[in-house]
Amino acid sequence: MGGLTVPLEHVLVLAALLFSFGLLGLMLRRNIIFMLMSLEVMLNAAALAFVAAGANWAQPDGQIVFLIILSVAAAEVAVGLGLVLQIQRRFKTLDMDTANRLRG
Amino acid sequence: MMEVLFYIASLVALSATALALTRSNATHALIYLILSLLAVAVVFFLLGAPFAAALEVLIYAGAIMVLFVFVIMMLNLGEAGDARERQWLTPRNWLVPGFMATLLFIELMLALSHTPDIVSGVAVEPKAVGLALFGPYVLAVEIASMLLLAGLVGAYHLGRRFIVRESEDD
Repeated sequence: MGGLTVPLEHVLVLAALLFSFGLLGLMLRRNIIFMLMSLEVMLNAAALAFVAAGANWAQPDGQIVFLIILSVAAAEVAVGLGLVLQIQRRFKTLDMDTANRLRG
Repeated sequence: MMEVLFYIASLVALSATALALTRSNATHALIYLILSLLAVAVVFFLLGAPFAAALEVLIYAGAIMVLFVFVIMMLNLGEAGDARERQWLTPRNWLVPGFMATLLFIELMLALSHTPDIVSGVAVEPKAVGLALFGPYVLAVEIASMLLLAGLVGAYHLGRRFIVRESEDD
């Protein structure tokens, strides 16, 4: 049992606040670049929670889940930015509301 | 001591994230987002996860954010003018991120110079992470590699120009 000098709750509150910032950004912004950035913030907050839990019990498992989240984020951002290029090419805008119909 | 550094780093992370998601200019938002990721990396280091902190800087703040920069620059190619480039570099736009980044750098220097007594509890060394990763979690490595391959194929498919496809549609 490692135990943190900072209470684990405070780290989890930080992760929850970062996650809610990301969620708010995802819901409020309509620019697809900002929506992808919000997704990154949310994934990062989840990773922070895992690493904090792993550090609290001094186990490597938290950092391994961090690695998995990292690869998920990398794959997601590659596909997402490919979609951004396609949307810009087809609709000449980055506003998501213009692309709300499939087969547009 | 370590507590103060943690709270400063988390304040930097929260304010940088809030500023990043409220900017109207994507490039300015990206600067604040990189700053937020660097602050989270300092938090990882203070929590005793140096391997995760290094990967956060290298892959998140490095590789993934470079992808964002490339796409933003590609999208801006047509309309970019010298005036806008100059407007991006006004001191107002880089003073706040620069100040926050300096704060994080000073924190990191302080943490590095006091490593044994500053890192909370027992630090989880990269060696332990590697042993667990290629021991009980080896299936997760395989799944991550397949996920990255799928991402690569998907990004290649989406990213190539649709010249052939469009001429077929016509």
